[in-house]
Amino acid sequence: MTASPISGPYTHEKTSISRTMIWVMVALTPATAFGIYQFGLPALWLFLITIFACVIAEAVSLYIAGKPIKLYLFDGSAILTGWLLAMTLPPWAPWWIAVVGAFLAIVVGKQVFGGIGQNLFNPAMVARVALLISFPLEMTSWVAPHPLFTEISPGFIESLHITFNLQNEFDATSSATILGHIKTELGRGISLPEIWVDTFNPFSLAMGTVSGSLGETSVILILVGGLLLLFLRIISWHIPVSMILSITILATLFNWIDPQHYPHALYHLLSGATLLGAFFIATDLVTSPITKKGQLLFGAGCGALVFIIRTWAGFPEGMAFAVMLMNGLTPLIDHYIKPRVYGRTHKGEPITYDSDAR
Amino acid sequence: MGLSDIKLFKIRGGVHPFENKQATAGSKIISVPLADRLYIPLQQHIGAPAEPIIKRGDKVLKGQLLANSQGAISAPVHAPTSGRVIAIKKYPAPHPSGLPVRTIIIEPDGEQRWIDSSFSYHDPFSLDPDEISARVAAAGIVGMGGATFPSAVKLNLRKRFKLNQLVINAAECEPYLTCDDQLMREHADEIVEGIRIMMHALQVKKATVAIEANKPEAIKTMAAACADIPEITVVKVPVQYPMGSEKHLVQTLTGKETPARALTADIGIVVHNVATAHAVQQCIRYGLPLIDRVVTVSGGAVKKPGNFLTPIGTPVSLLFDMADGFISEPARIIGGGPMMGQPLPGTQVPIVKGSGGLLALTKDEIAEKQAMPCIRCGGCVTVCPCGLLPLEMAIRARNNQLDAAVDFGLMDCIACGSCSYVCPSHIPLVQYFNFAKGALTEKQRAKHKQEETRRLAESRNIRMEAQAKAKREAMVKRKAEMAAKKAQQAKEKNHKEASA
Repeated sequence: MTASPISGPYTHEKTSISRTMIWVMVALTPATAFGIYQFGLPALWLFLITIFACVIAEAVSLYIAGKPIKLYLFDGSAILTGWLLAMTLPPWAPWWIAVVGAFLAIVVGKQVFGGIGQNLFNPAMVARVALLISFPLEMTSWVAPHPLFTEISPGFIESLHITFNLQNEFDATSSATILGHIKTELGRGISLPEIWVDTFNPFSLAMGTVSGSLGETSVILILVGGLLLLFLRIISWHIPVSMILSITILATLFNWIDPQHYPHALYHLLSGATLLGAFFIATDLVTSPITKKGQLLFGAGCGALVFIIRTWAGFPEGMAFAVMLMNGLTPLIDHYIKPRVYGRTHKGEPITYDSDAR
Repeated sequence: MGLSDIKLFKIRGGVHPFENKQATAGSKIISVPLADRLYIPLQQHIGAPAEPIIKRGDKVLKGQLLANSQGAISAPVHAPTSGRVIAIKKYPAPHPSGLPVRTIIIEPDGEQRWIDSSFSYHDPFSLDPDEISARVAAAGIVGMGGATFPSAVKLNLRKRFKLNQLVINAAECEPYLTCDDQLMREHADEIVEGIRIMMHALQVKKATVAIEANKPEAIKTMAAACADIPEITVVKVPVQYPMGSEKHLVQTLTGKETPARALTADIGIVVHNVATAHAVQQCIRYGLPLIDRVVTVSGGAVKKPGNFLTPIGTPVSLLFDMADGFISEPARIIGGGPMMGQPLPGTQVPIVKGSGGLLALTKDEIAEKQAMPCIRCGGCVTVCPCGLLPLEMAIRARNNQLDAAVDFGLMDCIACGSCSYVCPSHIPLVQYFNFAKGALTEKQRAKHKQEETRRLAESRNIRMEAQAKAKREAMVKRKAEMAAKKAQQAKEKNHKEASA
């Protein structure tokens, strides 16, 4: 019999950090598997290298910090960070992008803040933003789908050449993402209806048979995973819903004002990292607000920033920037948005009743 | 009036722990035989410990007063059976500290001889309300839901507040426990009479019996028992922990929150536990003091869980024997429910007035895990029924920033444990809060002591000064008198000489 004089409760919900992490990974699996299928072996290598590098970076950091390595390493958070980072990388990016990214995510984004739970910014997004700014060429080299088991898919040796930057003679079909394409064309002064004709295909965007980051393309499979997390109550609906709503409302509003230059909401929802961000990135527990009201505000802010960056800023995609900016606001949101305490007014004074009302 | 579908109000947060009530739901109440020794702690209630009026070696009879209550908030204790007092000494008690408490130890003689009582039955409704609360106080009745606040004090609230309703707390929201459920199934009529007596004592015209929806049998029986009494309604409340928290129960029933730092009586409502209503009926109708109670013995490590009518003072080891012992070595033995109960320091401790449950839990059931860092998931914020930020309070408590913890609502925390229950990092939040509350009390006590010392020192100085002053004045006066006397004598002498 344990005799440690610890307070109750003496029962616990079947939860743990690792359980949460494992379910998020399960939810990511369909979209990931599709991404690897679609972009072939180079995508698989990139995925594995990112996760492996994250785990190594975590283990080394824990060792330096003198923390119990086994306990923290097996909470699954480093694997998940690596997984999420990999999903946002160009699928044929070279190996060192994955390794540098892992270092940025785990060491700079998480461990220097004090490890799990202490980081202000989403580690995967720290890495993605830093990589994008530092290595714009590698981070924007997109390829068209080269599905596994087809003739155009690179073979084993070729895939190693692609990932490890050896003499690469593989004849890849590069292809801009729809976000990049539309940004470029709009910049050239062409109006949307003209660009639309042969670029916007909602069906292929939903299925994911388009170019894009490793795990971002298939909107449907991401949605399946996101709904699984909602169903299991690993995440709550507040951030995804407010984020999607805020993008939809802003896009619809501007599209209504000027359809020549502002694409409609469906385009925003189906392209880029919108859904991956809404369900898997912005919902990161550590870096999002703790109250439901705060989460609504946070999600709406992310959505608005995504729209603003995509529409008026220099980058075609703004998810990583938007989430990081809102991460920075999270402490402020948590400071100002607190639940009302039972028996007290919002100001914290005990509530009073008129004596007649008794 | 029976069962009523009044409009209920939602309370914030809460959790739905696995109920585990099926093990003992419907288990008939079985009487526990006398133990070889009964251990009756002098403190089984909130307030001052009782003071013994018997001494070692005395023969006592069943129901005899053993120790008197002390002060306004206290309760007496009575002999659960006839026998001999073999000691009055410190003995481990089911108390969170696990520290020994002054205890009267009785060796039963097995004859169960009652004390000759001069009790004669009066119609309780012709009694003065003060008389009822006085009898309840004399019977040693305390809140039997686990809080153990002296019931008579609560019955006297009518003197300080304008009351309109009695709420009977039969939510029994703690997992595993079915003692209230079973008491209602078997003794509904007595409970209803107890409720009517309490309504009379409180001088209210309305009572509501709140039962969680997971006790359909009890709801049915209670509704039938008060079908002809229009003033009493039975209400089925949702299964949601901590529904049994009296402030939250009142909110569910009335939509009104009790103001912070106040009592439910401030909004016109007094809440009593259902088992307390039964004890009050036994006291007023039959003159019986509180010397036994129903205890649910359950948990995964127990072979044959059940409900047992147990004399106060029975060692818990005997109850486990009644349940055929253990299937496996229990990882924890808990007095009360798994959410808010207390770990027991051993199986030698006795059952007391507040013991509704006795659980032997397996390792699996307690699901204790290594605590990990907080990941700020906000789960604790979502489930907190008081609208607090448990994670922020815990950080402050942990760093000994007590004032900051209070600013985050530490004193509004009811220690229900919902936050700890859902925490994915298995952080023992309630432990931190209890620590901080204890440290705060300690600090206040020290401050109080310091102030009191200063006050005493100051008043001593004043007193000494006054004494010195009085002395001086007396001296001056005496000197003056002496001088006057001398002068007088001299004058007289002069006069005599002159006349001579």
